[in-house]
Amino acid sequence: MNGAQDLGGQMGFGPIEIEENEPNFHSPWEERAFALTLAMGATGTWSIDASRFARESLHPVDYLSSSYYEIWTKGLETLLLQAGLVSEGELAGGQALEPAKPVKRVLAAGDVAGVLAKGAPVDRPVAAPARFAVGDAVLAKRMSPAGHTRIPRYVRGCQGVVETVHGVHVFPDTNASGEGENPAWLYGVVFRGADVWGADCDPGLSVHVDLWEPYLDRA
Amino acid sequence: MAEDGRNGGNNSGHGHAHTHDHSELSDIELRVRALETLLTEKGYVEPAALDELIETYETRIGPKNGAKVVARAWTDPDYRQRLLTDATAAIAEFGFTGRQGEHMVAVENTPGTHNMVVCTLCSCYPWTVLGLPPVWYKSPPYRSRAVHDPKGVLAEFGVRLPDGTRIKVWDSTAEVRYLVIPERPEGTDTWSEAQLAKLVTRDSMIGTALALNPADLEGAV
Repeated sequence: MNGAQDLGGQMGFGPIEIEENEPNFHSPWEERAFALTLAMGATGTWSIDASRFARESLHPVDYLSSSYYEIWTKGLETLLLQAGLVSEGELAGGQALEPAKPVKRVLAAGDVAGVLAKGAPVDRPVAAPARFAVGDAVLAKRMSPAGHTRIPRYVRGCQGVVETVHGVHVFPDTNASGEGENPAWLYGVVFRGADVWGADCDPGLSVHVDLWEPYLDRA
Repeated sequence: MAEDGRNGGNNSGHGHAHTHDHSELSDIELRVRALETLLTEKGYVEPAALDELIETYETRIGPKNGAKVVARAWTDPDYRQRLLTDATAAIAEFGFTGRQGEHMVAVENTPGTHNMVVCTLCSCYPWTVLGLPPVWYKSPPYRSRAVHDPKGVLAEFGVRLPDGTRIKVWDSTAEVRYLVIPERPEGTDTWSEAQLAKLVTRDSMIGTALALNPADLEGAV
């Protein structure tokens, strides 16, 4: 969706706030929000794509005025409600009013290291040949899907060149909505800065974006 | 409990001040606490697992991992080649695997070419080698400008590259995660891998800094 999360190339946000010796967490609630998000992710109720979509579906004003762990917290609440794991009333009151729904698994402390070390690879077996090869000129499609997508607005309509064929990866646009993984070829595509931003762009700039085959046309 | 609000929680990393900081912070604190109570009560999460998740990223997974990888790439040409060819496997040689590092790519700075990593769409970051991202990496000023005006961004980090340097910006739009291999500083020919790792900062592996010089290290100690 063309939401507030799609920030590449926007202007007016001011200087970068750099904090020396920054801690991982600035407050205990951030630690808990982080861990709750990961632990609920580990129940296997939703995909990482669905969780990204829940965060970027926040109202743009809310998204841009929330800190990152606030965004995570709000996204988590959305996911819990959507999955029927909690009710609005339970969220409001902070206590259980209804029996729990079964989840695939509950992360135990002893399993944390193993689960993190394993991760969740998204590469899938090759089912069809890649449409593009390294060196091919490609066009990032003009598109504005209402659902989740990982093609940033700033490259849509721009021409680039395939520089890497990463393999076949889960397609986030359908996976986020529960329509399935639909694995697709993923390419590293390089764009000249001037082809994205215009002639006054730094001539030495190139932008490298990972794009799935459904996002691309042959140029 | 009242401690929570005092502990630097104001540092939310976005540029505009809230007019009601205190009550808003209290709101989010209460909200997260309520959420944890509820999810624990319903049996979806185990508080000890939450503690373990936090502990892991506070103490075991962080930029020291990435620094070891870079220092080895600087000292061992075969390792450097493996890292550039298949970063996921080369990084796994150290035992750094898994979450948010499942598909790694290493990009190397060379004289005349500088690499910088961003996630314009969210906060994708190579956790296995760098740990959790700093607030600025996840915030609109960096995410918006990194792809459009990386030189301006670098200037704010105090980095000035020689004129004519090519800048490659990597936008982490998929599950591929990027690690920048900074250039090895001059005057370190005789340094061991462990000594070199001390020159490799988090920001130098994101590409918003260069590796430290030996003189910087003396200054820091």
